[in-house]
Amino acid sequence: MKTDDLISMLATGVTPVERHVAAKGFTRALTFGAMGALAIVILGYGVRQDIATLVHAPLFWAKLAWPTCLAVAALAAVVRLGRPGRAVGGWWAGLATPVALVWLAALLMLWLAPPGTREHLLMGRTWRSCSFNIALISLPAFAAELWAARALAPTRLRLTGAVAGLIAGTTGALAYSLRCPEMSVPFWATWYLVGMSIPTAAGALLGPTLLRW
Amino acid sequence: MTRETHAGPLRPVEERLRTLLVRSLEGDAASYRAFLQDLTGHLRALLRKRLYCLPHDIEDVVQEILLAVHNGRHTWRPDEPLTAWINAIARYKLTDHLRARSRREALQEPLDEEAELFAASDTEPADARRDVHKLLDQLPDRQRLPIVHVKLQGLSVEETSRLTGLSESAVKVGVHRGLRALAMKIRGIS
Repeated sequence: MKTDDLISMLATGVTPVERHVAAKGFTRALTFGAMGALAIVILGYGVRQDIATLVHAPLFWAKLAWPTCLAVAALAAVVRLGRPGRAVGGWWAGLATPVALVWLAALLMLWLAPPGTREHLLMGRTWRSCSFNIALISLPAFAAELWAARALAPTRLRLTGAVAGLIAGTTGALAYSLRCPEMSVPFWATWYLVGMSIPTAAGALLGPTLLRW
Repeated sequence: MTRETHAGPLRPVEERLRTLLVRSLEGDAASYRAFLQDLTGHLRALLRKRLYCLPHDIEDVVQEILLAVHNGRHTWRPDEPLTAWINAIARYKLTDHLRARSRREALQEPLDEEAELFAASDTEPADARRDVHKLLDQLPDRQRLPIVHVKLQGLSVEETSRLTGLSESAVKVGVHRGLRALAMKIRGIS
């Protein structure tokens, strides 16, 4: 086919382009991912018994705030990665800041804690299953976020896959907070981060295949 | 910011293409055709330099980039520099193309200078080696028929819907997905 023919093919029957594709796509993906994650937690694991008293605990809100901040930065980053030629810029710092703050708090708490209790602060009672559960709960969100990223035009596929995976990870972490009995900052700083890293790594791995266009 | 430094011959080109693309995104076919034709000249000139050892690939890559620009046109926003957007797409498609030819690694030279894209134009076409019509035949009917009727024969979505028995939204989705599938197929065989 001559290029001129391709041009007339592309220019024939064009319709106005839909606006806010990224916003709509990720809103849908977040909704679907959150509903999927909640369904797995509520039906599969069961919500914590003391959830009613928990909502009055500032520490519980801190536990939710951390993945939420991460999710906001990851969303901003993925939308930029999905637009060719657009720099992510300051949002990389937005991703690093919540992690750095939680680590700082965790180290401080470990340092201040009596030596005998440190291991319990870090490992809790559920460290073996925590990260795996978060990754499992984030599965529907993982599919949805990568689907939403596909609707854009990412040119750095591995990075875009990773950040989309991170959004799924934060969704999984938030939903799992309703179930997780651990209330120690060093525990979240470690095992929640590992849990969120699993979909992130999976996104980096699958990005070049799934996001090509 | 950096755009301000490319005064001279680039600004008018960027401004003209930007105006055309803004109108295209509102659904103006004539502007879109002019935009694509203009862009093709610039891409061809750029790729002549980048692919000077693979002259037969130039037209193929031009077509890949045009399809990519079309399929990704909803990701450009008028408040962003058009040059950076097109350059990122061109770089992505060129890298992809060269990766497919990874045996000749010496040619993997990325498009680094944004200034180069609009610096020259070349409207003299060579023939692409692939036949998009043949690739079109490999698409499933629900994508192929909408493209043939709407994009090649110039029928309206409504007429195509009546002719094929597909709903109007299925026709629109078929065109959209079909062009994306076509871009994948073009890449696959290059």
